[in-house]
Amino acid sequence: MHPLRRQRLWVVLSIVSFSSAAVGLALYALRGNINLFYPPADVAAGAAPRDTSIRVGGMVVDGSVRRAADSLQVRFAVTDYRASVEVVYEGILPDLFAEGEGVVASGRLGADGVLRAHQVLAKHDEDYMPPEVAEALERSADARALP
Amino acid sequence: MIPEVGHLALIFALVMALGLALIPLWGSFRGHYAAMRLAPSLALGVGVFCAISFACLASAFVRDDFSVAVVASNSNSLLPPVYKFSALWGNHEGSLLLWVLILSLWMAAVASFSRGLPTIVLARVLAVMGAIAVGFLSFSLFTSNPFARLLPAVPADGNDLNPLLQDPGLIVHPPLLYMGYVGFSVAFAFAVAALLGGRLDAAWARWSRPWTNVAWAFLSLGIMLGSWWAYYELGWGGWWFWDPVENASFMPWLAGTALLHSLAVTEKRGLFKSWTVLLAIFTFSLSLLGTFLVRSGVLTSVHAFAADPARGLFILVFLALVVGASLTLYALRAPAVRSRIGFSPVSRETLLLVNNVVFLVTTLTVLFGTLFPLLMDALGQGKYSVGAPYFNAVFVPLMALLVPFMGLGPISRWRDDSVHRWRSRLLIPGLLVVALALILPRLSAPGFNLWMALAVLLSAWLLAGLCVDFRERRRNSPGLLRALRRQPASYWGMLLAHTGFAATILGAVATSQYRIERDLRMAPGDVAVLAGYRFEFVETRRLHGPNYRADGAYFRIYHDDKARDSKALNTARGDKAVAELLAEKRRYLASGSVMTEAAIDAGVFRDLYVAMGEPVGTDGAWAIRLHYKPMVRWIWLGALAMGIGGLVTAADRRYRRPARAGASLDVRGDARVNARVAQA
Repeated sequence: MHPLRRQRLWVVLSIVSFSSAAVGLALYALRGNINLFYPPADVAAGAAPRDTSIRVGGMVVDGSVRRAADSLQVRFAVTDYRASVEVVYEGILPDLFAEGEGVVASGRLGADGVLRAHQVLAKHDEDYMPPEVAEALERSADARALP
Repeated sequence: MIPEVGHLALIFALVMALGLALIPLWGSFRGHYAAMRLAPSLALGVGVFCAISFACLASAFVRDDFSVAVVASNSNSLLPPVYKFSALWGNHEGSLLLWVLILSLWMAAVASFSRGLPTIVLARVLAVMGAIAVGFLSFSLFTSNPFARLLPAVPADGNDLNPLLQDPGLIVHPPLLYMGYVGFSVAFAFAVAALLGGRLDAAWARWSRPWTNVAWAFLSLGIMLGSWWAYYELGWGGWWFWDPVENASFMPWLAGTALLHSLAVTEKRGLFKSWTVLLAIFTFSLSLLGTFLVRSGVLTSVHAFAADPARGLFILVFLALVVGASLTLYALRAPAVRSRIGFSPVSRETLLLVNNVVFLVTTLTVLFGTLFPLLMDALGQGKYSVGAPYFNAVFVPLMALLVPFMGLGPISRWRDDSVHRWRSRLLIPGLLVVALALILPRLSAPGFNLWMALAVLLSAWLLAGLCVDFRERRRNSPGLLRALRRQPASYWGMLLAHTGFAATILGAVATSQYRIERDLRMAPGDVAVLAGYRFEFVETRRLHGPNYRADGAYFRIYHDDKARDSKALNTARGDKAVAELLAEKRRYLASGSVMTEAAIDAGVFRDLYVAMGEPVGTDGAWAIRLHYKPMVRWIWLGALAMGIGGLVTAADRRYRRPARAGASLDVRGDARVNARVAQA
């Protein structure tokens, strides 16, 4: 083979094998690390899987936030106005977390239907609403308007 | 009146940009010299009008002109003056104006510093940049006019700037980031101009390289500042979240790093030409994609601020146009610029090729992770989010793969080198590096940490390569001082950037391996011991800022003295404290929003970090976040060194030499090429 061609072949072969290794790595990494979003209504209907990491979002129910007396554990309910899901979180909540505001909680659903969250995201400015929450609320508004 | 002047100036800028995009380009194909000569003046004109427009908006912000909609919704009369100014780019419309201003500044810079460039090349480069300016100016004017008025119902006061953005870091972060983002448009314009001319040689790479380096340097500094800001301002103590908006700025950086190195090969050896052009197109496309992701609000992000998806469509169409047109041009013209020079598999070219492949693959995996949620949503598969573990799992091994080759890079020779030569120079340093990796992590912390050992191994290997290279450079000249003075700026830039990369690796791994983070419930008088430090919560304080009220948690931190009773307070004994920290929880008066202001005691080897959560219980207790962050500063110091290194390389003397005499000759040569292509 012509040396220039052979060299090109080498380059191409190594790029292909390296890229496929990278793709394999990416797919492997992706498998365990993607979280699907569920509106509270889907969770209440039993559509959400237990013991896998999921995200649940909606509005924090007024008067539902309760703090434990001796630890940083906090419980609150998240609703899309059709159903609500109880969330337990241990730690410091974001600044803009408040009752009646939109949040997205990531965590695992227990057998008791309570979401054990490891992360709670709130909006970062006054007007912002996480797109998933906005859509979930819209859908529930449509659902309530129909009957 | 002033806002209308600004609006008018923006319209003039658009008209001039249109002229810039069309007239010189037409001239370059017709060989019309006068039309081509118009390009620099038109570019300067666009710059002047953009600057006027920007100054008008800035004056509206500084003068509290709440009849202007963006001022009313993003500023407030109580806001400290410097934040009134920086509030300009704390919102969609204003930040877009900043984008356009910076683009026009880059154009003006190219127009003024490229007098040595052949007229036809300069005309085309500026025309391409002009076309980009047309896109963004019309985006600004037609979808997000920053000068829209609230007349006649002028609000008495503004809504205030988002408290998160009321921070010194945010005054400089967006301009630096945009300097980088937009700066890649110069590399893109040079690439497209070269494709149009069908001529791409070492001279082209030499023109394009300093611009690319400077843009890359600014992007590095911008990303660094953003990471640092997130660390102290978001109140979580993290420094990188793999958030879509962060990725949006990181992807052009990754691709730009590949471009930087590929340009080096093109300049020195005339190789990888079409590849370099493709990378330039790819890098700027990623900048545009980043703008789209940030400005459209299609992705859930901790950074996301209210945005209008309809505006996203505009950028998406613009992105498709830019990418489509430049790739079509590439497909048509790339065969004409192919290089036919061989190189041995054991050579610097190969190592730089490895660099390019690794960075490109890394960019693609980050791109995939960032766009995956959009893809699944478009396919109706549900609303996914891709977590940080995905990015870490992909990014870290890829970077680790890069470093062994990076260590070889400086000592390798162009075209043909030998494994034997590498071995003879690096065998002993290599063994030393391995020994260091086995010993050093043990000395600094008990137990053996594999990750830390690997980090030391990689960064020491990198430094070993640099040292061996320096020794050889020294050997070739008499005396150390002479040797130092003889090295070109590009060498010092490389040295600085690579050393910075080693520091960043060490910092990132040490922080993630040895950090200690605690969320605790603490009342005044409580003590917590963390990593050999006693954090004593002394008292809470009431604080009054210019536009906020705050609760402060005052902490004194001491070295932990294990022999003593843990209940007794050092504060009461009057011991000397390591640090005194005042963390704050602010409530801003205008918007009523609450914000955490972390208190940090910074050090070269460790940061101590205190942040307040919310009040808990009735006894005055607060949720308190305490962090111990070893070597976290190394991450940003390393990035700073990379950025400065990038700037230094651009100062190399060879870029300042007049590019070439005989510009008119080039025009004719190019016109011939064009005529040939037209016939074909």
